[in-house]
Amino acid sequence: MMLAVLAKLPIISWPAILPETIFIGGALLLLAVSALSNKKLSSGFCAVYTILISVAALGSSMYLWDKLSSHSSYVAMSSSIAVDGFGVFVAILVCSITVLIALAGEGFFRDSWGSLEFFVLIMLSSSGAILMAMANDLIVVFLGLEIMSISLYVMTAMDPSRTSSGEAAIKYFLLGGFSSAIFIYGIALIYGSTGSTNLANIATFLADNVLVQNGVLLCGIAFLIVGFAFKVALVPFHMWTPDVYQGAPTPATSFMAALAKAGGFAAFLRVFFSTFGTLRSDWRPIIWVLAVLTLLIGVLLALVQQNIKRMLAYSSISHAGFVLLGLQAASAIGVAGSLYYLFTYSFLVIGSFTVVMLVAGEKDTNHSLDSYKGLARRRPWLAGVFTLLLLAQAGVPFTTGFMAKLYVLSALISAHGYALAVIAMIGAAIAVFFYLRVVVLMYSPAPGFAANDETGAALDTDTGIGESIEVGDEAATIQSSGMSLTRSTALVLAITVGITVAFGINPAPLIEFARHATLLFH
Amino acid sequence: MSIPGSWYLTLAALLFSIGVVGILVRRNVLIMFMCIELMLNAANLTLVTYARMLNDIGGQVLVFFVLVVAAAEVVVGLGVIVSIFRRAKSTTADDLHILKG
Amino acid sequence: MIPALHSYGTVLHGMIFGLHGIVFGTTLPTLPDSVTFFIAAVIVLVGGIGVVVSRNPVHSALWLVACLFGIAVMFLLQDASFLAAVQIIVYAGAIVVLFLFVIMLLGVDRPESIGSDPLKAQRPLAILFGLGVLGGSLLLGFTAKWESGAKSQAGRAVGGSTNEVQKLGKAVFSIYLLPFEATAALLTIAVVGAVLLTMHANRTTENSKPYEDPKPYEDPVPDGYRSRQGLVANADEEVDLVDKELDVK
Repeated sequence: MMLAVLAKLPIISWPAILPETIFIGGALLLLAVSALSNKKLSSGFCAVYTILISVAALGSSMYLWDKLSSHSSYVAMSSSIAVDGFGVFVAILVCSITVLIALAGEGFFRDSWGSLEFFVLIMLSSSGAILMAMANDLIVVFLGLEIMSISLYVMTAMDPSRTSSGEAAIKYFLLGGFSSAIFIYGIALIYGSTGSTNLANIATFLADNVLVQNGVLLCGIAFLIVGFAFKVALVPFHMWTPDVYQGAPTPATSFMAALAKAGGFAAFLRVFFSTFGTLRSDWRPIIWVLAVLTLLIGVLLALVQQNIKRMLAYSSISHAGFVLLGLQAASAIGVAGSLYYLFTYSFLVIGSFTVVMLVAGEKDTNHSLDSYKGLARRRPWLAGVFTLLLLAQAGVPFTTGFMAKLYVLSALISAHGYALAVIAMIGAAIAVFFYLRVVVLMYSPAPGFAANDETGAALDTDTGIGESIEVGDEAATIQSSGMSLTRSTALVLAITVGITVAFGINPAPLIEFARHATLLFH
Repeated sequence: MSIPGSWYLTLAALLFSIGVVGILVRRNVLIMFMCIELMLNAANLTLVTYARMLNDIGGQVLVFFVLVVAAAEVVVGLGVIVSIFRRAKSTTADDLHILKG
Repeated sequence: MIPALHSYGTVLHGMIFGLHGIVFGTTLPTLPDSVTFFIAAVIVLVGGIGVVVSRNPVHSALWLVACLFGIAVMFLLQDASFLAAVQIIVYAGAIVVLFLFVIMLLGVDRPESIGSDPLKAQRPLAILFGLGVLGGSLLLGFTAKWESGAKSQAGRAVGGSTNEVQKLGKAVFSIYLLPFEATAALLTIAVVGAVLLTMHANRTTENSKPYEDPKPYEDPVPDGYRSRQGLVANADEEVDLVDKELDVK
């Protein structure tokens, strides 16, 4: 009897779930160590530990990738997870994001309260994103989504010194919970109309049967689109994005901007391109409308922002529109283009938010565009790096941003999406304006800057809240000096700039990587 | 002959739309949160009904996972609410006015 | 049972399901099932509407309990007795209690004015949206097929020799093993998050700090003082308000 029950347990394929297991195990171990040790663990230790865990997960993903190049892709764990090039590509991306955020977080938290939990949460959140990317079952997608999002809610609320942090968390949480409920209702309807939540089974069912009355299935698909659109911030489901990006602590913002897009789009692409591929004539019009709105409204609203984090939030919305173009193309090359875009975007956005974090200062409050006035004179290196990253986001040649836009657009044109391609190019052209606006501000001489700052400092001393940060040599450095560049943040900037430039000049290896990822699509 | 599944499914759809309207209409954070629970329960009822109609235990297992997710969301969500509104008398979303939008 | 009442019930029952039989061409459900269904359906809907329209969050929470109870009855009617028990224990026993606890802790059990709404267009739009969902679902229920003839993947729900709990357990630990393990991560996040956030609340409202705060925050707030305007804009304003309060005294 006992043996009979045991015999039915599924074969656990450890290599297939190794990246997630390493992240979850690493987070639990860190929690246990901190609970057992008498001293408070320093944030440097936590960061190094997180980086080691992420590198181990990266290594296991690389191992999977290596094995995939000789073997074919397969499903594991009772077919609830798919080990294919697509999933492993995103897993590699997620591990790299975690390494960079751990470095940036070390520079930000510097032993402040809650630093340990930040590192635990980024590891757990990453495991959720990998689960989403490799999921072969809608319920695994849902659980991965929740693991990722719930940690992001907590990370948004982490900063106790600013009320806006908690406020952003409430907004994020309510809209996130709303979208999760819509998502699970969509899963329930799809389950009812196809008889399974397993992506492979659904695809087989849809290929073998023609549903005469498929209203329930289409309702379910529509609900899934709404759920995904909330998570990856597509217009008109983007309302939370600027507020949450502004309110969250800056390292959490950059983590959310990179990870939620990577994980969300990975599941979005897999579910729609591979599972509902046979119904593409039904969902492509909806994606078309979403893409047009996202591309245009994202850039138009970015133009009028006065806060750098809100501006970058709208810019990330317009990037999401570009990633969506690959799905709209609904071809293997389109999906490869989306993957390539996600990869380059993640590094660009982490680099940009790290600069924002350094300019914002210890209290993470200096986010108005005015604080970028004359940055080139005060901190020429930082301004140079930011200029490069912004130009790459705008899509200037010899950066990864240019190749990414070119790639998705060419995929779209080969799928005859001419109108949308034109709209996307108009959006990209408008986007150049607001990126250049920041660059021009940084290189402008900033007259009367010191006077402004002194009044700001005076106000702060009145209320007794502001501590004078550091009395620099010049008056202008009183408030705007921001955080000094530490080794870890410098490393983040070096890596992001290096990747942006290296793959911008020689894009072939990365394009080959992304193409290979979709060739191995299950 | 038991009750036809479509009756349960229509009821679940009604409950789901009540939850959606509640979130859009109400401004009290706690009540908006309860409306999310209503929507999740509508999904649960749909899943159990389909499990019976398809004669597949899988639908019932999914309800478990939804329950776990609901519990985790409640814990974190109420934690955020407590940490913000500890000193405020009301919990309406309109009091959240620092961030525009 | 009184014969007259019984026959009256049968007639009513026949009228309701006769209509249904004409539309769907199916046989009648049994009387106890349909009576239970309708009572539970009324409880679910009234409870759901009660959550939305109550002015007091406490009343909303109580309506939520009623609604969840109705759902549990629906589960029982569909041979999901274990889930019905779990529904009562987890939702009514844990989640709603947590809601009530937070309401009482925050002291927000005060009626809220529903009348004022900053966005004028929002309410009609929301109700329009709700009616749209309602119409769509009714259209689906009466014209399209809700279900399709897919084959079971995870084992049969009804019938067979083993009982329901055993079948659920087998499915969880075979086909759904990975999602089951993933919920462990979810619960860990919930614990870490709850501890982190509520300790924040302690650290920002009370001045007793176990160790030095790296981010100096704000002046202590006098006991019992609560801001009248809800959440105040920032620490500066808060301090100003406290000063004024003290001046008045």
